[in-house]
Amino acid sequence: MSHATIADKRPSTLRGARLPKWSPYAIALGSIAVAIGIGLGAGLDSRIQIGLIAGLLFLLGTYVIAARVEGSRQAKDRIATSLVWVAFLLAVVPLASLVWSTVVRGIKVLDVYFLTHSMGVVADSEPGGGIYHAILGTLEQVGLATLIAAPVGVLTAIYLVEYGRGKLAQAITFFVDVMTGIPSIVAGLFILSIMLMLDMQPFGFAGSMALAILMMPVVVRSTEEMLKLVPNELREASLALGVPKWRTILKVVVPTSIGGITTGIMLAVARITGETAPVLLLVFGNSFINANPFEGAQSSLPLYIYQQYANSAGSEAAFDRAWAASLTLIAFVMILNLVARGIARWKAPKTGR
Amino acid sequence: MDISTQNTQAPPTPQPSPAEQKRAARGATRPGDRIFLGLSRGSGIFLLVIMAAIAVFLTYRATLAISKDEGNFLTTFEWNTGTVPPVFGIAVLAYGTIVSSIIAMVIAVPIAVAIALFLTHYAPRKLGGPIAYVIDLLAAVPSIVYGLWGALILVPHMDGLFHWLNDYFGWTGIFSWEEGPARSMLTVGILLAIMILPIITNVSREVFRQVPQMHEEAALALGATRWEVIRMAVLPFGRSGVISASMLGLGRALGETMAVATVLSPDFDIHASLLNPGGGTFAQNIASKFGEASEFGRDALIASGLVLFVITLLVNGAARAIIARRKEYSGANA
Repeated sequence: MSHATIADKRPSTLRGARLPKWSPYAIALGSIAVAIGIGLGAGLDSRIQIGLIAGLLFLLGTYVIAARVEGSRQAKDRIATSLVWVAFLLAVVPLASLVWSTVVRGIKVLDVYFLTHSMGVVADSEPGGGIYHAILGTLEQVGLATLIAAPVGVLTAIYLVEYGRGKLAQAITFFVDVMTGIPSIVAGLFILSIMLMLDMQPFGFAGSMALAILMMPVVVRSTEEMLKLVPNELREASLALGVPKWRTILKVVVPTSIGGITTGIMLAVARITGETAPVLLLVFGNSFINANPFEGAQSSLPLYIYQQYANSAGSEAAFDRAWAASLTLIAFVMILNLVARGIARWKAPKTGR
Repeated sequence: MDISTQNTQAPPTPQPSPAEQKRAARGATRPGDRIFLGLSRGSGIFLLVIMAAIAVFLTYRATLAISKDEGNFLTTFEWNTGTVPPVFGIAVLAYGTIVSSIIAMVIAVPIAVAIALFLTHYAPRKLGGPIAYVIDLLAAVPSIVYGLWGALILVPHMDGLFHWLNDYFGWTGIFSWEEGPARSMLTVGILLAIMILPIITNVSREVFRQVPQMHEEAALALGATRWEVIRMAVLPFGRSGVISASMLGLGRALGETMAVATVLSPDFDIHASLLNPGGGTFAQNIASKFGEASEFGRDALIASGLVLFVITLLVNGAARAIIARRKEYSGANA
């Protein structure tokens, strides 16, 4: 009996009429055609305007047609779908342009000579020169910052997860959150205010200290998350065997989460590598090679990009160098990111089985 | 947890003193434990000391500068630290910082939310994962690269939009344009919007992914369209998450230095038009005035940095408060 009703060929009343699948494309083509027509008719020459008219016509057409055939709720759904797609495509354009122009323009002067020579006496407006001094400065400053920030950050996270109860832990948690939001230039100004009091000249390690301030909260946050993922059973098993707490932490808890901790530190390194503002205030920039981060001005990659852009009075050679340095910097940051994520996946605790 | 209970059950031949009993109940404190606890607690305290030092040092240097300021620090439209007597104020900087950030938020938040929805609810599953990954990577692009791109690529491409705005909305005054290079507040706002888009998208996407499947299925079962599911189940659940993501983005936009310094052609005045060059922000002003500033000039810049610091603290504090509140009421959300 029930089979008879299902076999009934009448269209189901539970599903309303639907537009055919090709209808959005048809409406899009139609609205573009009409928009071009209007544009030619009214003598508009701006492509942006014709595009806007086409977009509005498309939304209007979709709404009216869908509302007639499918009902107003479906029509709204279609409008929302097209708006979401438009937003996505709108955002892709600048981000793709950023990556594309950096690669295309950066590749022009990026060669071995560029990577292994400093600017030296090459004037900012002339072609030639390289970024060796900047790479050296960046590596030293970021390396020293990591040496300070990584241990402090990891130990703080251990304190918060393994020991921290009470007011002190709450205060630290709160201020780590606050620190995450410090603008990089403010961290630079803080170190600057100390340097002003001690009457010091710019040097590489001053930049490292500011970068370390920016890096610490990031390391604390990511390490904390990783330590919290370690199952309590592991800690209890170790403690039950009579292992002291500090050895439990060092031999059980940290090794279990070392992949995630490394990832967090590398992502933090990637973040501070691109910081320009504190370096501008504290390290000052130098077109010669200075391998000593504790004395004298140094350069760094982000600072080099800024100075090539700002001090060159629109010289094409300087812009080319700035793009090439940007490409180097992006490549460095991306490789750090990819390796960090690779480690996270490779070292991730095996689940299942 | 309590290995100590074994110790206390050992035959108590000599009765231990209360202090010893208490220590035994807490577990044996070995020297290694004490050293390690000291180290990790010390690191935590070190962080607190740094925060306190930032506040103290900045305030101290700032008072040195402000006490000699002949103008009103909050309302003066000038930045002359080299003159005798010095006259400087942050009115223009505060205005520029807030306006550029507001433009950035108005553009970035709706688009970021739409992209997050696209990734979680509209994109084909095979596409969503890789795109999210790429957006993650884009969040790591250094700001100076955005600045270079903005100054050399975005600025020349703004002319069309500026013409159009001037032709149709120039009468408002906000969008009037005198045909100069597009190194203005609006361009800065658009560039900041592009910069904070990845981070807002990422956080919003995480929140939208946590929407309980049950809520969405319930809405679908009642016959809701996809848009209705989003409006009734996804957006209400994600609202506070989106708000806090936006606040994080706002914090970034307020403190952004290099992208503004490369794009904006600054002056020290408040202009009604967003299209004509001029104005300035806290961070941009510090970066561009720092080079030729005397020691007193640097103190004055530190004073303006202190104001920026306080503003970002307030914004971030508000964001954290919203997140914390959300955690409370969605605690049992499995």
